[in-house]
Amino acid sequence: MQAIRIATASRGAASAATTGHQAPLTRREFLKGTGLLLGTLAIGTPIAALAPSRAWALELKALDTATGDTLLKFGRVLYPHPNLPDAVYALLVKDLDAMAAADPKMAGQLRDGVAGLDRAAGGAFAKAKPAAQLAAVKAIEGKPFFATVRGKCVTALYDNEMTWTAFGYPGESFSKGGYIRRGFQDLKWLPDPPEDASPPPFLG
Amino acid sequence: MAKIAFDDDSAVVIIGSGAGGGTLANELCQKGIKVVVLEAGAMQSVASFINDEWKSFSQLAWLDARTTSGNWRIAKDFPGLPAWICKTVGGTTTHWAGASLRFQEHEFKVRTHYGAIKGANLMDWPLTLKDLEPWYDKAEDKMGVTRTHGIPGLPGNNNFKVMHAGATKLGYKEVHTGNMAINSRPRDGRGSCQQIGFCFQGCKSGAKWSTLYTELPKAEATGNLDLRPESHVTRIEHNAAGKVSAVVYVDKAGQEQRQKARIVCVAGNSIETPRLLLMSASDKFRDGLANSSGQVGRNYMRHMTGSVYAAFKEPVQMFRGTTMAGVVGDEARNNPKRGFVGGYEMETLSLGVPFMAAFLDPGGWGEEFAWWMEHYSQLAGMWLVGEDMPRETNRVTLNAKVKDKYGNPVPNVHFDDHANDVAMRNHAYTQGERVYQAAGAIRTFRTPPYPSTHNLGTCRMGASAADSVCNAYGQTHDIPNLFISDGSQFTTGGAENPTLTIVALAIRQADHIATRMSQRAL
Repeated sequence: MQAIRIATASRGAASAATTGHQAPLTRREFLKGTGLLLGTLAIGTPIAALAPSRAWALELKALDTATGDTLLKFGRVLYPHPNLPDAVYALLVKDLDAMAAADPKMAGQLRDGVAGLDRAAGGAFAKAKPAAQLAAVKAIEGKPFFATVRGKCVTALYDNEMTWTAFGYPGESFSKGGYIRRGFQDLKWLPDPPEDASPPPFLG
Repeated sequence: MAKIAFDDDSAVVIIGSGAGGGTLANELCQKGIKVVVLEAGAMQSVASFINDEWKSFSQLAWLDARTTSGNWRIAKDFPGLPAWICKTVGGTTTHWAGASLRFQEHEFKVRTHYGAIKGANLMDWPLTLKDLEPWYDKAEDKMGVTRTHGIPGLPGNNNFKVMHAGATKLGYKEVHTGNMAINSRPRDGRGSCQQIGFCFQGCKSGAKWSTLYTELPKAEATGNLDLRPESHVTRIEHNAAGKVSAVVYVDKAGQEQRQKARIVCVAGNSIETPRLLLMSASDKFRDGLANSSGQVGRNYMRHMTGSVYAAFKEPVQMFRGTTMAGVVGDEARNNPKRGFVGGYEMETLSLGVPFMAAFLDPGGWGEEFAWWMEHYSQLAGMWLVGEDMPRETNRVTLNAKVKDKYGNPVPNVHFDDHANDVAMRNHAYTQGERVYQAAGAIRTFRTPPYPSTHNLGTCRMGASAADSVCNAYGQTHDIPNLFISDGSQFTTGGAENPTLTIVALAIRQADHIATRMSQRAL
């Protein structure tokens, strides 16, 4: 099975998943990064239906695998969506890794932050029980590391087509002619407003 | 398009091409007056607009550095982004939702009607609703406002159905799809609304009025307009007689240029307009241009705002169709029995998943936040917008500690909520939640204000030069050939979305300028 490569931009990753244009990873490419995250999309989900392959891979440029894995789990505690696959949270790790690669200070903040999470969890945060993970995150709330990761979550986790699909948000509508003939007033569980409040649509 | 020479001092130079500047340019050009429009942003089109919230934000928003201070939550949530306004040809008319409501009569005379309020710098406008009515009428015709001039209302989407069901159950009477500058029928060479959504991202059907593809091309067709995009104005100069004489700007190649002018009209929105006057200080005008009153930059208003989102058992899909699809007007009246003066509108609003994540609860995280995001397709939303109190201490100043890429001080926007603003917001939140509860909401959420879209009042108009910056025509008291042509002129804010009033004032100002030019008084 070929792995989908989580590409260099969040939206690129989603389009790679939907178009399958990305080349499969080779062993040599795997070795270029310092860390690697791998995962598999669950069968039968809308996201898996979009993807050419259920397996995905993310090479890290600046962070090691354990750091990447801890950041992924941190993202899951911050924004817990059981129905979103790890592939979405890997987008967070990808964006943080890119920041770390561009700025050694940021790399240090992330590595130190992960060490702090491990300390707060009394062991490996990534392997801790959910309650211990939540307590560890609460213990670091407000620190710069927390703000960096939480801030990055806003775009990494919610500005990608995998999440949109899971939450029922289709994105652009112009190419489909908008919604004037596609259900903009199809809500049936409340009464329709009278015509003076809401006149009929003009359909040309 | 006209090509006006840099040393030609016969033209009117307008800074900004949005609702105020773009409208003024067209009105003057139609009267045969030569106009140079200097627009800081780049040219876009309905073809280049993007149905994608973050990508569009990068394309259209004014992202130059700004700083904030004060007790408003924006200073904590978005310290570098006090306002969500645009840097592009057409200005914020590319981004606005289209709501076009007239001020109410009392809103031009709030000092008279509300009395003196501690901590508020209330003042009556130097004009009345009756004065402005003919100009409102022209503005509504120009913009194609629904429910005026025989133009039918827009069809309501699912988000409006929820608002209408709840609001009417609660007893509200003024509930309909609003007065919108969005074509419900083809009109003025533009098509009708296709219910695309993404009104905030630039209307890709061109059904929503924007100066980008209405006023500006019409002005160009006269042969009197010289429109210069990517021209960032840094200074307005004056002559020994104290009249403005030239505008200095950096062009798209990074070269500094100096355009001579007969008249200068500033329409850079209510943060950049006072900033420019302050940055243009000289030996003659040490506190900045037109600032003998000390009021330039003061009385910054941003409307009382907030949002209520509500989750339902069944799907809503609020993102389908116009973003601002309906209005409840019942709370807009002044009824001090509610515990505050002034009133507010309730208007449907929708955000996509990317912006919902950014704005629902800035800084929020955890299971509750995740719950709201997962219920996205079952959410309905409304924006609450009402009159806020002008305060002398709420102001735009120059922040000498932070410089922009041209080496100029960035604007600092200081805002402290007035107790009246807080009382109104709490009332509006409660009523918004009651509307949705009446429609069967399973949960409701009070979303704090977004970065300001209605920036007003920083060069207020007034009867006296002692306590205002400009007169009822936007003409500055101190410098007769310098005009304020945007929402900075507003003496007070009213409850209504300001664009229609900005356009009406611009049409009126153009008429005044043309008359005074023909009389050789300017």
